[in-house]
Amino acid sequence: MTSIRHFPATHPLPDWRNFGVMLRVLLGVNAMALAAALIQAPEPAGWMARYVEMAALVEPLLLLALGLLAALRDVLRKLPLRLGQLAVVMLVAGLAFAQNSFWQSLGFGDGANPLRPMLLAMAASIVLLGYFELRARAFSPAQTEARLAALNARIRPHFLFNSLNAVLSLIRARPQQAEAALESLSDLFRAAMRDPGELVSLADEIALGKQYFELEKLRLGERLAVDWQIGAVSMDLPIPPLMLQPLLENAVYHGIEPAPEGGVVRIAIEQRGEELRIAIANPTVAAGQHASGNQIAVANIRERLALYYDLEARLEIDAGKQTYEVRIILPCRKTSR
Amino acid sequence: MPQDKPLKILLVDDEPLARSRLRELLGDIAIQFASEVVGEAGNGIAALEFIRKSPVDVVLADIRMPGMDGIELAGHLGAFEHPPAVIFITAYDNYAVQAFDLNAVDYLLKPVRTQRLLTALQKIVAAPRPDPALLAAIGQAARGGGRTHLSCHERGRLLLVPVAEVLYFKADLKYVTARTVAREYLLDEALTHLEEEFASRFMRLHRAVLVAKTALAGFEKAAGDDAEAYGWALLRGVPDKLPVSRRQWAPAKAAVTG
Repeated sequence: MTSIRHFPATHPLPDWRNFGVMLRVLLGVNAMALAAALIQAPEPAGWMARYVEMAALVEPLLLLALGLLAALRDVLRKLPLRLGQLAVVMLVAGLAFAQNSFWQSLGFGDGANPLRPMLLAMAASIVLLGYFELRARAFSPAQTEARLAALNARIRPHFLFNSLNAVLSLIRARPQQAEAALESLSDLFRAAMRDPGELVSLADEIALGKQYFELEKLRLGERLAVDWQIGAVSMDLPIPPLMLQPLLENAVYHGIEPAPEGGVVRIAIEQRGEELRIAIANPTVAAGQHASGNQIAVANIRERLALYYDLEARLEIDAGKQTYEVRIILPCRKTSR
Repeated sequence: MPQDKPLKILLVDDEPLARSRLRELLGDIAIQFASEVVGEAGNGIAALEFIRKSPVDVVLADIRMPGMDGIELAGHLGAFEHPPAVIFITAYDNYAVQAFDLNAVDYLLKPVRTQRLLTALQKIVAAPRPDPALLAAIGQAARGGGRTHLSCHERGRLLLVPVAEVLYFKADLKYVTARTVAREYLLDEALTHLEEEFASRFMRLHRAVLVAKTALAGFEKAAGDDAEAYGWALLRGVPDKLPVSRRQWAPAKAAVTG
């Protein structure tokens, strides 16, 4: 089983290959450059011009440093923390020196002492490393896991008790069906109580979804129809546990149960390049029905996606007049970080 | 409590298995409590339909059902001449359960226990009917909106008017009438209550008129000094014109364009 014990935010040396980290570094450095430009500019009117001038020096260095750090991520993370941080600072300083010498050799620059750009680059990297360390502390693995555990086990009580009631009524007339239903129910709860840090395979998550629908069909009978459209996806892709089932439950709860004639839940799973896309659509039923519960479930999944993937995953909602669709877009990753 | 004859029971739940479970349990307690299941229904509307034709003594009603839920069903039952007693059943409706506890309304939790069902049945015949206003309030909070239907009595018959089909409500001296594309219905309701309950769907045009926002087609100014109205609202589907008061003129126009 793949684990994602290393959530993106929990290592004090950030994962330079993560989009969220890159974005934070880019924004952070540019914010510092803006501030520096304001300090240097004699009057506010010259501020932007000063910043643009500075950007010509800062941006190439920044991109180069990010590229190098991304390449060296695993090496740096193997070092003891302080040594790793020192290595990052020295690396950035070295790059600053190299860039400065390059500019000088081309005849640009003012021939000033190379110490100044080096010190500035070091200061900026120390500030950012400090920020990432603090952030890692705020998202310490223990806290992240507690938060995930709290978010994870959210099978609706309404579903549990109705299912148990349905099983009870099967016991006398159709004992075998009752047994199968109890087995499915126990699988579902085992999944809900699983260690939330473990990733599961897409195949397992789909199997769980199908078991869930079997239980719902016991209760709802003909009213529930399900349409799975699974494209060319590798079934062993690791995904966070219980991403799919709560959304299926949502679709049944809001789209099928309130409609006397029932309806169809459509699930489309496909891989587009480096992205895994899961879309769940249900018919829209008379507005206003348990609207608040819906937002809680969706907000919950959104938060879990952020904990697992930071900015690399997203959740989109398409609330139309006829259908309500939720899409999750995850990065496809064969291996753990 | 000895009974003269078995109580007639109607089972109302949208899940067939839940109904068959109740049937089994009633069979199990037949010696202690004689009852006869005279029918089953999948929601409140079907239940009312059934009771209209053949009266029953007790209704076992699930709270959450599509079309019309159990609490609304109980409200409409109050309109019958000999209303059956209602026992509510729920899997998990925190709000309703708390409200029932506070107001001593009996209910059963799913999965239903045989013993609890027996006690509830033994008590229900003598129990006072829950206050209709209380039921209305609980229902509205539990489902997060107003009723789906209004009831109307005509020559001793109960008619259900789907709220979604009502174009406007108009208050006369004594009655409130509801207009659908097909016809008019006399209701035993107060316009102010209707305005509160269906605030998201209807808006006030005039002291005596509530209109469905979706039914508004356009407006025309009243000719000269019309004492009755500042202007008139035109509707989709029916030729009627509704008076609009000076105060509601601007908000009403905004509701159509917005």
